[in-house]
Amino acid sequence: MPMVDVNAADAAPLSPADVRDLSAAPTMDVGMTVNGRPVSVKVDTRTTLLDTLREHLQLTGSKKGCDHGQCGACTVLVNGRRINSCLTLAVMHEGDSVTTIEGLGSPEQMHPMQVAFVKHDGFQCGYCTPGQVCSAVGTLDEIKRGIPSHASADLTATQRATPDEIRERMSGNICRCGAYANILDAIQEVSRAQS
Amino acid sequence: MKAFTYERADTPAAAAAALAARPGAKLVAGGTNLLDLMKLQIETPTHLIDINRLQLDRVETTPDGGLRVGALVRNTDLASDARVRKDYAVLSRALLSGASGQLRNKATTAGNLLQRTRCPYFYDTTKPCNKRTAGAGCAAMGGFTRNLAVVGVSDQCLATHPSDMAVAMRLLDAQVETVRPDGATRRIPIADFHKLPGNTPQVETALAGDEVITAVTLPRPLGGRHIYRKVRDRASYAFALVSVAAVMHPDGRGRFAFGGLAPKPWRVEAGDEQAKNGAKAVTDVVLRGATTTSQNAFKLALVERTLDSVLTEAKA
Repeated sequence: MPMVDVNAADAAPLSPADVRDLSAAPTMDVGMTVNGRPVSVKVDTRTTLLDTLREHLQLTGSKKGCDHGQCGACTVLVNGRRINSCLTLAVMHEGDSVTTIEGLGSPEQMHPMQVAFVKHDGFQCGYCTPGQVCSAVGTLDEIKRGIPSHASADLTATQRATPDEIRERMSGNICRCGAYANILDAIQEVSRAQS
Repeated sequence: MKAFTYERADTPAAAAAALAARPGAKLVAGGTNLLDLMKLQIETPTHLIDINRLQLDRVETTPDGGLRVGALVRNTDLASDARVRKDYAVLSRALLSGASGQLRNKATTAGNLLQRTRCPYFYDTTKPCNKRTAGAGCAAMGGFTRNLAVVGVSDQCLATHPSDMAVAMRLLDAQVETVRPDGATRRIPIADFHKLPGNTPQVETALAGDEVITAVTLPRPLGGRHIYRKVRDRASYAFALVSVAAVMHPDGRGRFAFGGLAPKPWRVEAGDEQAKNGAKAVTDVVLRGATTTSQNAFKLALVERTLDSVLTEAKA
């Protein structure tokens, strides 16, 4: 295929018909609490929670990896539960409380899970890390609340943060650098400190 | 994603009425499958009706000693319900073997039943698919079929139903409760809920266009030993190649349902009668009339061996 020279002087200008008019798409106002602060934002109804956080609220800690719920880089806590923010619409979260990595901690005042990730070298490139940390915080809370997993030998026993349990519960977070062993160490350290 | 208008429904009948009022409308609850399909423009609703505020998020005990699971009960909450863990463990196990922690926190009971196939040709909009466009043809025929169905298929569709939860629901003889815009309700046995493809692969369930699921009911507990065994290409967060749901009693009686094999949760009641005769005797009945390709014929042997392993575990 020949290359297209976008700077060619003879290129015909785009006509208005070539340009999609996004202003015609339906919009809605959504009110949420994000990292403890009330926010109100007007969004195209198609806007995912992830894009709302990143593009409208400038909270770019949550990452877009696959945008299909397969990688976990977009994981945030909504009303305390971890979800994939790429697979939900902002308009579905009116009145909800959202916590992103920015709400868990800051470089000056890190969340214990962030401290443990740094200590154990739980990342290399860092792209999946905000999702890993949010998911890890959600995971330990789920274990504390007694929610069983596929790795639980006894569905009715007290749940414990064993390596097998953590591996299974964190399977929705992919790390292309392969820092899994260190991520596991970090989560176990936080779990031990909590118990 | 195509543009759509959006509303929130207050009652199940109002949600049904809103569906009836707009031909291009769809319900959204967890959204974990629908949003994915909308991004790929496999689903292109022009109007979304958000049913998350319908108060259908409770698990209640029924007068006959069973359970009534609200349509919006999240997969995590259903799997962790103390009554489900104790009396319907096969359902807990099936739920926990599916998806990821994040998805189970969001995905709902009714949405799990209604999720679409993961057939690669259904997902590839550059290839024909009779589910996406009736009569378009099926690119899976002669294509990559390793993960596709071996029983219940037609010459128009080889897709599997991907749910683990639904396999356990089928084993337990669940019923699906629905409501229409005029408030009329009905109960659909799960055996009749999902449809085989035949000549209409685009018709996947018994639901009418304006019918809304309100709950799934489970009969009284069956007792026995509950096992859900899922075989997949990796240890976690993958769809089943085959799965076996079983309730086994100490005297050797049992009942079985299977996932990964068919366009719907697969259960052949006559197979239960062979439980005492071993896995091969059961699967000979369950897999009768199987149609395999060179790529997915392995599922016949795999499901027999998986069942054999389940029967051994039940005796232990």
